[in-house]
Amino acid sequence: MEILYENLLQMDWRYLVMWVIGGVLIYLAIKKDMEPTLLLPIGFGTILVNLPNSGAIDQLLASGETEHGALTTLFNAGIANELFPLILFIGIGAMIDFGPLLSNPKLMIFGAAAQFGIFFTLCLASIFFDINDAASIAIIGAADGPTAIVVANKLNSQYLAPIMVAAYSYMALVPIIQPPVIKLLTTKKERMIRMEYHGKEVSKLTKILFPIVITIIAGLVAPASVALVGFLMFGNLIRECGVLNSLSETAQKVLANLITIFLGITIASQMSAEKFLNLDTLLILGLGLFAFIFDTAGGVLFAKFLNLFLKKKINPMIGAAGISAFPMSGRIVHKMGLAEDPQNFLLMHSIGVNVSGQIASVIAGGLILSFFM
Amino acid sequence: MNLNFAAFVANLYYMGIGMLCIFVVIAVIILSVFVLDKISGAIAKKAAEKEENGQN
Repeated sequence: MEILYENLLQMDWRYLVMWVIGGVLIYLAIKKDMEPTLLLPIGFGTILVNLPNSGAIDQLLASGETEHGALTTLFNAGIANELFPLILFIGIGAMIDFGPLLSNPKLMIFGAAAQFGIFFTLCLASIFFDINDAASIAIIGAADGPTAIVVANKLNSQYLAPIMVAAYSYMALVPIIQPPVIKLLTTKKERMIRMEYHGKEVSKLTKILFPIVITIIAGLVAPASVALVGFLMFGNLIRECGVLNSLSETAQKVLANLITIFLGITIASQMSAEKFLNLDTLLILGLGLFAFIFDTAGGVLFAKFLNLFLKKKINPMIGAAGISAFPMSGRIVHKMGLAEDPQNFLLMHSIGVNVSGQIASVIAGGLILSFFM
Repeated sequence: MNLNFAAFVANLYYMGIGMLCIFVVIAVIILSVFVLDKISGAIAKKAAEKEENGQN
């Protein structure tokens, strides 16, 4: 009989707290439709690893031997060596259409401006954490899960789990976090600024050469980021070359879905109560939110600054789309524009800026690695 | 937890250099796109002319 309840006796209040956290993530995924592909596996995995003596993760036996768990094995095979996020980048690259950006490349400058939050948070986080952890926490502001994983891993951050959870959660919270920041920094008149869109035809040759050129430039400037940029651009090259349509489709759907399933539940292997329930985690979540807000503010304020010199004004809201959360951020800006003026169509501009945010956040990650590795 | 306020000031350097680097890289990418556009435009024009001459 004892065998039925001996494990139950090892229950700890911290496990219960983690079950609640797992439950909240599952609730947000199903009820609120917030990044369900990631939050649901993370939520379920959180419950899975927070059972006393869970066989899903490595357990140290009384004999001193380690009993291997499937999730820890998956973590070592796919996240500790950055394989999962990089492969996921092939799928993301295959999903992205750089057309709106290539037809108006000047928009890319907003992608650069919106990385301000990352670097400012780096300074702020360094008050509380050592520089490698601070840099890993700051990259949460990129709203780019794979980049956050790669940077935190390469910098050997001990806070990988809360960084991953914050990065993916804030991506899901774009519709909640960005609008109030944008509204706070812009006037109604500014939000109503209309921007004409002259859809210029982009040649196939440009679309093919673009991913190759970006890889070379990023590789020369920030060699540590070349795997990130390279896998993203490889996925895009598969999409644009025109002769690998079935591979492109596989990368966009099957490959991305497969990796996402494993990525979410594997991230959860790091969500054990001992690692997660401490003051540092709360601080990391707070700093991540700060980075995200300041990235948004950086883009908006830079657009307002440019407007001081431009005859044809830019709607400063498009600056906020310079983060990596694609396409949510671009769509939010478009919707906010429509809410102020039903004839104000900002979608092509905001999506262009959003795509540039994807590139700029990867470059920011690469620069951070170059500085601190 | 030790609070190290001096680190904030010391790391402002990385903020400055990081933002500068990002703007420079993005500016280079923008220039490259303009160059790519010119080159591909010229190639497309040449191909169109060749086709036109072939038809004549």
